Amino acid sequence: MTTKNLFYILKRLLLAILTVWVVITITFFVSRAVPGGPFLAEKAITPEAQAALEAKYGLDKPLMEQYFTYLKDIVTKFDFGPSLKQRGRDVITVIKDGLKTSAKLGITAAAIALVAGVVLGAIAALRRNKLIDKIVMVFTTACISMPSFIMGSLLLVLFANILGILPANGAAKGGLILPIITLSLSPMANITRLTRSSMLDVLGQDYIRTAKAKGVSGSHIIFGHALKNALIPVITYFGPMLAYIVTGSLVVEQIFAVPGIGRAFVSSITARDYPLIMGTTIVLATLIVIMNMVSDILYKVVDPRITLE
Amino acid sequence: MNKKPFSLHVNLDSFTPATEAEKEYMVQMRPSSTFFKDGVKRLLKNKVATVCFFLIVVIVLCAIIIPMVYPYSYDAQLGITPGKPVDASYNNLRPFEYGKTELKRMEAGEDIFPHIFGTDSAGRDYFIRVVYGTRISLAVGFFASIIVLIIGMTIGSIAGYCGGKVDLIIMRIVDVIYSLPDMLMVILLSAVLRQPLEKILEGTVLEKLGANMISLFIVFALLYWVSMSRQIRGQILSLKEQEYVLAARATGAKGKWIIMKHLIPNCISVVIISTALQIPSAIFTESYLSFLGLGVNAPMPSLGSLASDALNGLSSYPYRLVIPAIVISLIVLSLNLFGDGLRDAFDPKLNN
Repeated sequence: MTTKNLFYILKRLLLAILTVWVVITITFFVSRAVPGGPFLAEKAITPEAQAALEAKYGLDKPLMEQYFTYLKDIVTKFDFGPSLKQRGRDVITVIKDGLKTSAKLGITAAAIALVAGVVLGAIAALRRNKLIDKIVMVFTTACISMPSFIMGSLLLVLFANILGILPANGAAKGGLILPIITLSLSPMANITRLTRSSMLDVLGQDYIRTAKAKGVSGSHIIFGHALKNALIPVITYFGPMLAYIVTGSLVVEQIFAVPGIGRAFVSSITARDYPLIMGTTIVLATLIVIMNMVSDILYKVVDPRITLE
Repeated sequence: MNKKPFSLHVNLDSFTPATEAEKEYMVQMRPSSTFFKDGVKRLLKNKVATVCFFLIVVIVLCAIIIPMVYPYSYDAQLGITPGKPVDASYNNLRPFEYGKTELKRMEAGEDIFPHIFGTDSAGRDYFIRVVYGTRISLAVGFFASIIVLIIGMTIGSIAGYCGGKVDLIIMRIVDVIYSLPDMLMVILLSAVLRQPLEKILEGTVLEKLGANMISLFIVFALLYWVSMSRQIRGQILSLKEQEYVLAARATGAKGKWIIMKHLIPNCISVVIISTALQIPSAIFTESYLSFLGLGVNAPMPSLGSLASDALNGLSSYPYRLVIPAIVISLIVLSLNLFGDGLRDAFDPKLNN
């Protein structure tokens, strides 16, 4: 590892930390700007109770002091305070409970998208301009131009209502199949296109011709030489893929009634549960920022030809 | 020939009239073409982009004209007439069905305009709601892109032209905003901005638009200008080294004049292309927010909110979801393909 590489990694790390800090700061000040503060309840409470609540959660202190306490609690203890609508539960426990289901959903969707995308992309590149290539390209274009909520709803109508072979409720047995398919289609389409174009690029390189001239078998050329190099650009898509899956899961969990973090987030918006909104935003945003950073660094480290700047 | 090389005598052989064959070279084979004409020609050769362009024009014209001539209004509940009990027979009509009073009037020989897509659960004509929703979605996409264009162009050109510390600071801010997860921030800001905005907007002209819509525009103005400003900055950085900028500066032109008169017109193709590609992404975002209940205010429909409302009666009325879904996908797909075509036609350098 050269000093140049280290410098790049350091720079990227600093940017990530700065971004997370900006997210926390925005969420804090935005939620404090709401009239009535975070303790705005539907039921009117007495001024004494209001004051007692504010004292309990430190809301009577100056704004900057509150901000630093909030920042310190998040950084040292992952403490986002209590949820306002789900009495007696901390925001972090709500998030942890939701993440269990959502992580299962997201990771499976990402894995399917990756495998299916690479396979489809490689096939399309090897059969360039043949019928199968055209079918794959039309299919991926359709997948990309359809918003996730529409894709989810259409799949729900088709498989649960018309065909009746898969459950519509995400909490039922096998209920995660439809949400996983919904979430994986669009990233899969993107990976397919990425793999196809970089595979076409690699197949035209001199070393592939050399390998062919040497008499290397076809499968060895594809797996040993072409695919290995064609997959490098796919790494850059990891960050955007996570971002897509996270935002997609917000609506997909809503459509299929999956008890995950996305549904908790959406219902916290309608219920105006500000601590939960803030906490979920910060956790998900941090995940995405870290993933973006990792995929950027990985991309530059895996391919020695790319100079780090 | 003249044998004396240093003589000042003119060689008259050089001044004979041109022959017919020589004149052929000077004939203009075709009229000279401008950059814009060339681009349009290339665009028309791209069949996919041309078809998409006509599709967009048709959709836009429908969204503008149909609400003017259609007999029903998007927010009129057909079952409700003042002074009478609600006529529930108008709710949830299937396509080409009629309400009770309408059937009576038809028996009396009146011509009633059919409900092409039926009515929704509140007895509102669904066809006009879809058309009106298309209008709203298109308008949101268009105005959001204009906002992004203005802010991105201003900041990008200042950063590119000034360079140095100004550029450094602006680009670091751009970096941070660029790495913010945009959708999450959009949701957070529009969820939180809604309430204070309602208070501020009370009594102003903008109240009719609704707080959600305004917060959507604010969010776009805050977050989405970064990629536009990056592109403009890159263009300006290379353009400002050109001789004509030096010449303008030598004749005493101010920075603002150089940017407005010399630099921006020269990166107009980048501006048009990225604006064209911004519109579908804005429509995408709007429909996503409407689906989460953060979009336009009821009873105003948008394609996203129509799809979201349709989820409740999905098993009985699946077409109510399918119709707005098809319209959104069609708009987004054709705008994207048209934008790609524009890029290929007007920026051939990008292809390589």
